[in-house]
Amino acid sequence: MHLPISDKIELNILHQNSHQAEKNKVKFNNYNLLCLNIMSSPGAGKTRLLELTLEDISKEFQSAVLEGDMTTNLDAARLEKLNIPVVPITTGRACHLDANMVSGGLKLLEKKINPDLLDILLVENVGNLVCPAEFEIGEHFKVALLSITEGEDKPLKYPIMFREADLILITKVDLLPFLDFDINELKSNITSTNPNADVIEISSITKSGFDLWQNWISKKILIFKK
Amino acid sequence: MTKCLILSIEEWAEKKNKEKIVVEKINLKIGEFTCVEPISLINTFNAAVLGSWLDSSEITIEKIPFEGKCSKCNRSYFPKKENGYKSPCCNFNLEEIISGRELKIASIDFKEK
Repeated sequence: MHLPISDKIELNILHQNSHQAEKNKVKFNNYNLLCLNIMSSPGAGKTRLLELTLEDISKEFQSAVLEGDMTTNLDAARLEKLNIPVVPITTGRACHLDANMVSGGLKLLEKKINPDLLDILLVENVGNLVCPAEFEIGEHFKVALLSITEGEDKPLKYPIMFREADLILITKVDLLPFLDFDINELKSNITSTNPNADVIEISSITKSGFDLWQNWISKKILIFKK
Repeated sequence: MTKCLILSIEEWAEKKNKEKIVVEKINLKIGEFTCVEPISLINTFNAAVLGSWLDSSEITIEKIPFEGKCSKCNRSYFPKKENGYKSPCCNFNLEEIISGRELKIASIDFKEK
C-alpha cells in the first residue's frame, strides 16, 4: 500500500443533477417551452391551483403538466380530466423531483404530444418544503406556495425554499377571517428572506388573486417567447 | 443528497481506476444555508455504503458559515433567523449571500493498492 494521496476536486455534490437540469433547460428552450417548478408543503393547494389555472390559461396557451407524486397517480388523474397532456412521475421513496426524473417525464410527454405545440409546462413537485429547493430540474422559474394555515413563520423556518422562489403564492386567503393569522407578518418574513420575490395572495375558493397569477404567467410566456 | 454524493464519488473513482484505490476520507464543505444537516448526511452515507467498496471510508465535514452582505453599508454579517436574516447594522433585508450555499466535495484522500 502506498502513502495516502489527497485529491483536491472542489466538486459540487449536485453537479450531476445540475448537468442534467441544464440539458433539460436546453430542450425546453429548443421547444420554446416555458417551464415552471411548482413547490410547496403537502396540502398547500398545488393541484387545486393547477386545476383552476389550467381551466383558464388553456384558452390562450397550450399547456402540459408533469405531476410528481411519491406513491399515487391521484393528482395526475385529477388533471387529466382537463384534457391536457399529463405525465405522472412517481418518485417512490424520494421526497423531491430531480432533473433525471423530469428528463424521463419529458420523454414520455414527447410520446403524447409534440412539445413544439406547447407554450408552458407546469411541473408539480412533491409536497415538501426542504429538498425540492436544492434540486434544479431545468425550470425557468420556481413558484412556491404557502398556505396561511401553515403559519407566518415558515419563510424563516424553510428559508432555502422561499429564497430560491421567483414567485410566492400565499394560498387559502379566503380563510383569513377565521384564523388568528397576521398576513403582514408573513409578508415581512417573505421579504426579509427573499426581497426579490414576487408575492401574490390567492384563493382557490373565491378565485381572488387568480387574475394577478395568470397575468404573471402570461407575461412570463410572452417575454420568454420573444 | 446521499445518493448524489455517492454517485459523484463513483464518477471520480472511475477516472482513478476504482479497483486500484482505497478511499480513506471524503472531505466535504457544507454551507449552513443549505438543506443538509451534516450529521444526517454522515449517518445516511455510512448506512448506504455498508458492505460496498466505500465501507471503510470516512466523511469529514467543514461547515461553511452563512454570511450575507448588507446592501446599504456593504458590511458582511451572519444572518440570523431570529432577526429575519436582516443586517444588524442597517436592518436591511438579506439581498446578497456571500457564503453558506456550498454543497461540495472539497477533496478525497485515497491510497493506491
